[in-house]
Amino acid sequence: MRTYVLGLITNRLGSSALTLLIVSFAVFFATAMLPGDTATILLGQAATPEAVAGLRAAMHLDEPAFLRFGRWLIGLLQGDLGTSYVNNLPVAQLIGARFVNTMRLAGIVTLFAVPLSLTLGITAAMFRGSVYDRIVTVLTIGIISVPEFMIATSAVLLFSVYLKWLPALSFTSDVTSFWQVLKIYAMPVFTLTFVVSAQMIRMTRAAVIDTINTPYVEAAILKGASRWRAVLLHALPNAVGPIANAIALSLSYLVGGVIIVETIFNYPGVAKLMVDGVSTRDLPLIQSCAIIFCVGYLALITFADIVAILANPRVR
Amino acid sequence: MTTSTTLGRRVSYRFSWVGMIGFTIILFWAVIALLAPHIIPYPVGEIIDDDYFGPISSKLLLGSDYLGRDMFSRIIMGARYTVGISLAAVCLACFSGAALGMAAAVIGGWFDTLLSRLLDALNSIPSKLSGLVVAAAVGSSLPVLIIMLAVIYTPGAYRFARSLAVNVNTMDYITVARTRGEGIPYVVFSEILPNITGPLLADFGIRFVFIVLLLSGLSFLGLGVQPPYADWGALVHENIGGLPFGAPAVIVPSLAIASLTISVNLLIDNLPKKIRDRSA
Repeated sequence: MRTYVLGLITNRLGSSALTLLIVSFAVFFATAMLPGDTATILLGQAATPEAVAGLRAAMHLDEPAFLRFGRWLIGLLQGDLGTSYVNNLPVAQLIGARFVNTMRLAGIVTLFAVPLSLTLGITAAMFRGSVYDRIVTVLTIGIISVPEFMIATSAVLLFSVYLKWLPALSFTSDVTSFWQVLKIYAMPVFTLTFVVSAQMIRMTRAAVIDTINTPYVEAAILKGASRWRAVLLHALPNAVGPIANAIALSLSYLVGGVIIVETIFNYPGVAKLMVDGVSTRDLPLIQSCAIIFCVGYLALITFADIVAILANPRVR
Repeated sequence: MTTSTTLGRRVSYRFSWVGMIGFTIILFWAVIALLAPHIIPYPVGEIIDDDYFGPISSKLLLGSDYLGRDMFSRIIMGARYTVGISLAAVCLACFSGAALGMAAAVIGGWFDTLLSRLLDALNSIPSKLSGLVVAAAVGSSLPVLIIMLAVIYTPGAYRFARSLAVNVNTMDYITVARTRGEGIPYVVFSEILPNITGPLLADFGIRFVFIVLLLSGLSFLGLGVQPPYADWGALVHENIGGLPFGAPAVIVPSLAIASLTISVNLLIDNLPKKIRDRSA
């Protein structure tokens, strides 16, 4: 039985690796193969043909695409993320500290969002059809339907324009006290938690309702178990897999949300770096940031699938 | 669209009521987008007000933007870009996704496996990320935006259509059609498509919302619709400086987006079950 589970997990990891290969292929070709010659862009319109040809050779742009993809991929695997076009610094150095910042933001949001959504999602499922459930459903649909920047701007309007509790749209690096750190993180964390939780609550609720609808939970209720007991003890253990999936899928909304939130609050993270890179067309930087986000996303999904495999008593 | 059925009249009436509100708002924005050039009181590019981020007044119904242009006119014209681009993209995405999905379900075998593998992998790139990468590589002209949005949401449409079509594909009448010697195009369009139209339409609406949100997000980052054109997201982007003053120029375009997306969601959620879930 053990080898069977191991086999399933290896299978899952292998398919993730394959997906990652296709994804990096797509990212590379989107940036490297589409129109617009990199050497000409770098040197500007006034460059002599000789200079362009020289740079093309130096950057291996004259080689076949597959060779360049291979070279790029091997570089990535060795931790060489390339050199930024704009300021000639190694991309790894540009990303370094910002990566920690983004991870910290994502970590804090996860810490808030997961317990909040699990509580709301499970209780909403338990009291399905009640006023409480309807309010939760309407609110989450509302939040899902609006763009992330609207939640961010509403937060700014509420907390810094009307209530004047927090500074608006400014991320200063001179923090001296714990209180200031709290003030700085408050709005980005608040916005992201909103965006991510709405998804998570909906998916958790759906997952729990699916399990509650099964005959064995009905049997538990018929034999006299209380609603709490039937849901928490009977239904929930079987909902762990779907719930883990729901959490991972919703946390992936962090990627989209983080891009907006870092830009609007001027937070020094990878997403902000990437958005700035897009306006300067700094392709090596964009490729690396895109790969980082894709790896993060895939890691989450894969992890959730493995949890689901392990939580399923039928394969254990 | 929301036809009330005779069965369970009271319930279906209440459902349709919320759906009707959604439908009315969608219709409202569609009409606005179509008639935009005839409604606007001032040309969109013209500076009307001496003051920037002006308040709501009888002359400027929604105040003025960061250059003193009329916000009311700009939002009405913005409807054209938001609704138009999203609609074009969602049509492309759903058509190609559904066609490929049904074909994969009917053909099966290697074709199905390879295509599913490839599109699932593409689906695992977060949508905003693909948007950023494409915007960096090719810029963001209107045709590029439409094609990019369509490509990003094709894998999702494919997956949905395929899962529906796989169910229908096991039906006896499909076997009968095949035995009769019908070709794949006939099976796909005459036998499978009519049986999954309802859910596909609901998926069309949901995908439309996703596309509106992604387009607005990209425009908000300054990477979507470029000046001199402006969709609602771009309007928020250019007027973000008015946020500390609580200017209507920042708030109203956001509300416009929200009204459209929430209405579509309301309409889909309240479609009669017969349309939404008929999948077998």
